[in-house]
Amino acid sequence: MTNETPGTAEGTGSGTSRQVSVVLVDDHRMFRAGVQAEIGRTDDTGVDVVGEAGDVEQAVSVITATRPDVVLLDVHLPGGGGVEVLRRSASMMGAAESPVRFLALSVSDAAEDVIGVIRGGARGYVTKTITGSDLVDAIFRVADGDAVFSPRLAGFVLDAFASTDAPPADEDLDRLTQREREVLRLIARGYAYKEVAKQLFISVKTVESHVSAVLRKLQLSNRHELTRWAAARRLV
Amino acid sequence: MTPASSTAGGVGSAGAAGSGPPADDAAPPPPLRKLYRSAEGRMLGGVARGLAGHLGLPVSWVRIVFIALTVTQGLGVLLYAAFWFVVPLGTGGVGSGRQVTAAGPAADVGSAPRSRRQGESTWPRLRLRKPDKGQLFAVLALLVGAVVIADNWQFGRVNTYLWPVLLIGLGVVLVWRQADDARRAHWAEVSRRRGLVPLARSAAGVVLVAVGVSGIVVVQGSARHLGPVLQAALAVLVGVALLAGPYLVRMMQDLSEERLMRIRAQERAEVAAHVHDSVLHTLTLIQRSADDPREVARLARAQERELRNWLYKPRGRAKDEDEKPQTVSESVKATAAEVEDHHGVPIEVVCVGDCPLDEGLDAQIQAAREAMVNAAKYGVPGGATPAGGHGAGAVQVFTEVEGRTVFISVRDRGPGFDPDAVPEDRMGVRESIIGRMRRHGGTARLRSASGEGTEVELEMERAAQS
Repeated sequence: MTNETPGTAEGTGSGTSRQVSVVLVDDHRMFRAGVQAEIGRTDDTGVDVVGEAGDVEQAVSVITATRPDVVLLDVHLPGGGGVEVLRRSASMMGAAESPVRFLALSVSDAAEDVIGVIRGGARGYVTKTITGSDLVDAIFRVADGDAVFSPRLAGFVLDAFASTDAPPADEDLDRLTQREREVLRLIARGYAYKEVAKQLFISVKTVESHVSAVLRKLQLSNRHELTRWAAARRLV
Repeated sequence: MTPASSTAGGVGSAGAAGSGPPADDAAPPPPLRKLYRSAEGRMLGGVARGLAGHLGLPVSWVRIVFIALTVTQGLGVLLYAAFWFVVPLGTGGVGSGRQVTAAGPAADVGSAPRSRRQGESTWPRLRLRKPDKGQLFAVLALLVGAVVIADNWQFGRVNTYLWPVLLIGLGVVLVWRQADDARRAHWAEVSRRRGLVPLARSAAGVVLVAVGVSGIVVVQGSARHLGPVLQAALAVLVGVALLAGPYLVRMMQDLSEERLMRIRAQERAEVAAHVHDSVLHTLTLIQRSADDPREVARLARAQERELRNWLYKPRGRAKDEDEKPQTVSESVKATAAEVEDHHGVPIEVVCVGDCPLDEGLDAQIQAAREAMVNAAKYGVPGGATPAGGHGAGAVQVFTEVEGRTVFISVRDRGPGFDPDAVPEDRMGVRESIIGRMRRHGGTARLRSASGEGTEVELEMERAAQS
């Protein structure tokens, strides 16, 4: 949350006393075990896996029971998918005190999956090819209320907004500012937040706030635009 | 269906035994000539035309035979009706493949049905105009025939049945014809008659039949009982509907459910086949080369990409995989895939926007390819060692089409190098990337810092057209 905790930006968090509680939601037990082994060494990573779930029902009950900081959410789940979990946990996401944040972790990087869960309220989207340390980094960042974009996700977002250039003036909220666009572009090129900051001569915090703004706009952008976007890609 | 059509075929060939078959044995080899009713250019049910096609005779002959049979004994009508009932509608037509030299209109039909599928839109209109004269003539002949019969059958009370029966027949013909048309439209996937016409036709048929039936009742002199009879008939009909209704509904539901299941099963079979063909084979290969991590990574990457394409690409496009890509993003993806396969280094591609290729963009993609190869060779931490399989070590390619500008960036996180320190005789970067871009009016920028990897940025304006 604050700039004073250097560990959060670096992600490995070895020196910090901070701990983040995490619930794993994935229908593959093997994968859960793998992630658990990768990030679950609490002393090293600062991540404390407090629960696991294999389908939507379980997920909702486990999340309600444990109230973790972050939920690692698979997109494809029996019982309605990640979007359904997001829908049913909407109240916990918006809680003023210790809100539950969602980080989508999926093998799919299809546009409809990505945009679907982001619009459902997930604060980030990473694919399962991510390394353990990057994942820990992402978890901490999401826990702090920031957004995590993979390059691919940034590409989708750019694409979505690029195709709707020159919208009417009153839709300011739906448009990306020049700066946000630059930030996204660099992320799409594979830059880490730190590198983006260096490139644009701004602070990492500013980069994060830009990315969060993009996320907010993506959730709020009017249906008309997204429908058009989806239709142009034959998603609907 | 099968027994019916086979008997019909039997009748047809039996009839033909006297006149036709031996002469045509040398004809092109239509292996199994099945009897169909002709869907095009028909007058009633297409029976005569279909028969003519089957027997290799001009249509008019067949029609004349039918008319003659009708006039003499009334047998023709029965025969015609029987054929109509049992023979399926199809593309049989007159002479499938053979040339009948004698009859003009028949001859041109002979060759047409083969090429029908494509020319469907223009063809039928032509057909409906052209044989009008012949049809009119035939209808006239039929009418005359009917009048003759009517005149001949002067035996008392029977005559009074004639008109109702004719009406019923006409109504039945109308309805059947309509049903045929509906099937034909379904079968040709174009419904040319739209809206009210088919409905009106069916209704007219039903009305005609109803009038005919009532006529018989009236003729029998029981006009006074018409009301009660109609009521009773209605009651029986409603009763039957009530009894049979649930069964019919259930049958329809069962049918549609069955169809759904079949579609699902097909889909599943397709997935299974694909998984078997590609995924299982790859897994087998991976097991076999388990001690060569580089090869394993390469196989896994290639398979992942292929499966992704198959799963997430819109249907229909995946089939054209082999064709040369037509747009920038496709081309970049294909190039990256090639390099990835060749060097066994994962390349992550992100594309924003798209546009068709032109000459300059082609050059740009060639330059990008060179950059990707360089990145794959030198840019991945650990280089050629197997450790390079990590996500962080991936080469990243970003393509953006914005307005008239196409921007491609190729980036790795390798050790980096000093561009100025590259010896003069090394042509890779200087010629293949920078030189090529400059020659085609684009720009290339190279950014490299020790420890932070290398990034090549390529920018090119699109051609004025397109």
